Amino acid sequence: MKGELRIRGVSRSYGDVQAVRDVSLDAAPGQFVTLLGPSGCGKTTLLRLVAGFERPDSGSIWISGRDVTALSAHKRPANTVFQHYALFPHRSVFGNVAFGLEIEGLPKAEVRDRVERALELVRLAGLGDRRVTEISGGQKQRVALARALVLEPEVLLLDEPMAALDPKLRKEMQVELKNLQERLRITFLFVTHDQDEALVMADRIAVMSQGRIEQTGGPEELYERPRTRFVADFLGVANLFRSEVLGVGGGVARVRTEAGLSFDASNDGGYRAGATVWVGLRSEKISLTDRAANAFAGTIDDEIFLGDWTDWRVRVGGEVLSVGEGNLLARGRKRGDAVTLSFPPEAVLRLDDPEAAA
Amino acid sequence: MRGRSREAAFLLLPGIGLLVVLFYLPQLLMLLVSLGRRTAYGEVERAASPDNYLRALEPLYLTILGRSLVLAAVTTVACLLVGYPVAWWLARRASPRWRNALLALVILPFWTSFLVRMYAWIVLLRSEGVINLALGAAGLPRAELLYNDLAVLIGQLYGELPFMIVPLYVSLEKLDPSLLEAAADLGADARRTFTRVVVPQTMPGIVAGCVLVFIPSLGAYLAPDLLGGGKTAYVGNLIQSQFAVARDMPFGAALSFVLSLVVVLLLLAFRRPLGSAQAL
Repeated sequence: MKGELRIRGVSRSYGDVQAVRDVSLDAAPGQFVTLLGPSGCGKTTLLRLVAGFERPDSGSIWISGRDVTALSAHKRPANTVFQHYALFPHRSVFGNVAFGLEIEGLPKAEVRDRVERALELVRLAGLGDRRVTEISGGQKQRVALARALVLEPEVLLLDEPMAALDPKLRKEMQVELKNLQERLRITFLFVTHDQDEALVMADRIAVMSQGRIEQTGGPEELYERPRTRFVADFLGVANLFRSEVLGVGGGVARVRTEAGLSFDASNDGGYRAGATVWVGLRSEKISLTDRAANAFAGTIDDEIFLGDWTDWRVRVGGEVLSVGEGNLLARGRKRGDAVTLSFPPEAVLRLDDPEAAA
Repeated sequence: MRGRSREAAFLLLPGIGLLVVLFYLPQLLMLLVSLGRRTAYGEVERAASPDNYLRALEPLYLTILGRSLVLAAVTTVACLLVGYPVAWWLARRASPRWRNALLALVILPFWTSFLVRMYAWIVLLRSEGVINLALGAAGLPRAELLYNDLAVLIGQLYGELPFMIVPLYVSLEKLDPSLLEAAADLGADARRTFTRVVVPQTMPGIVAGCVLVFIPSLGAYLAPDLLGGGKTAYVGNLIQSQFAVARDMPFGAALSFVLSLVVVLLLLAFRRPLGSAQAL
């Protein structure tokens, strides 16, 4: 089906470094798929493999039901928005957007029409005559986008296109790009290291680490149910504990952290008595009231003011927990105060640690 | 501001001084000479006559000038065709570790005088030379390689090639590889990526290299003299012989100015593409 992307068992090494290891990933037509991970995790290499700038050592890549693994970049029905835009400095804005159409050998009038429409789409109408060295970073990004979109690709590949923009502009462009994608219904494969960006824009997120996909899922699913320690850590789960399972029963597992904090976790069936597991707890799932099963007395060690909320560091025995509290409630607390914190057993995430297992 | 202008004077004065004493004054002298007359004993007689210039524009001398223009143009094109792949390889393919050493090898011939290197070519090309001996040993017929236009072109190509490679290297090294990927991504095959992205992007280097090769080639006289055997006259030899052999300094000076004028006119005609060389 047009716009469908299938990556099957793709690996790529550079010397001793395995940049991409046996990755499989699907994108349905019109889906916004994000590759999320820290630098060096292989997400850009994977994108370049799909673009055709690199060849996989093994595995295959399919676009719209066609095996493109052996196809050169210039023959693939995918276009790329480069991280630093890679605009041609010797061409105007118009000339950059027209490049691919000129290569196709389209008549001049049609080229002009389609370029004008593409520039309108990215809200650059009337700037066609500008030199690309004279426009702002945000405008360059729009030119790069128009240059790729004008060819009506079946899959659009975006390599950290927001990385060079300032934070405010980035937020605006995220929403704009998402709206554009929903309107055009083109399959997007979007690379980023910014978890907020991934959560805002993607239909599906593939979190990568060390050349492998750790977890794939919708933004909410990944946020609420990270499955591995790496994914939890990367998606901002602040409290991570290596723990021992003391016992299982009645729908909960009793776990004890290495520093001796014991609490209940709702049992998803993965806990085994006596085993060592990683558990995670989002700071906003912990409240400074005494109302649930896991309640502990502690003292405020430190505070980090974050504008609309405060990140309290609360010492409970040997552990220090990060507790998020909206600032409407947080007023009046200070360092050294005695507090009670609690969290429901459902908030405790059981996490795999494939690195430790390996 | 005063400090600035004093600083500028301090920085520029040695250069300007040298230029005035060693270039502008001698040029002025030559201009006076070119307007003068040669006496029977080869002395210069003061005059203000355009005769030498009128003579320089006679068909015989225009033919020689034309031949020099052709030699310079062919040398430039040959240097570009040979030099571009070398510069490409140096800038984009050679291991970065060896790049500086390889670049030094390109410039290495300058350690030896041009004259000596031309004699070396004679050793290679002459009828009992290295190449012909090798041909003979291989059972092949010998070839007359020396004292013809091809020998002159080989000498020129060899001598001027580094002046082409170095500016090309500089512009190719600056070429952003992601531009090549962008071109491929937008559907351009290798040939069109080269003509539509690489050539426009390296135009400053191409122009700089061509100017650096073309202008000295226009006045070349060593290669035509030594490798061409003086059989074909080029404007460089013509000027040299006016000073050294014919002892007609006024005519030689006039020919020099005609040659300089041709160069200036060419630079003016190509000033748009030349402007891009400033980006280098």
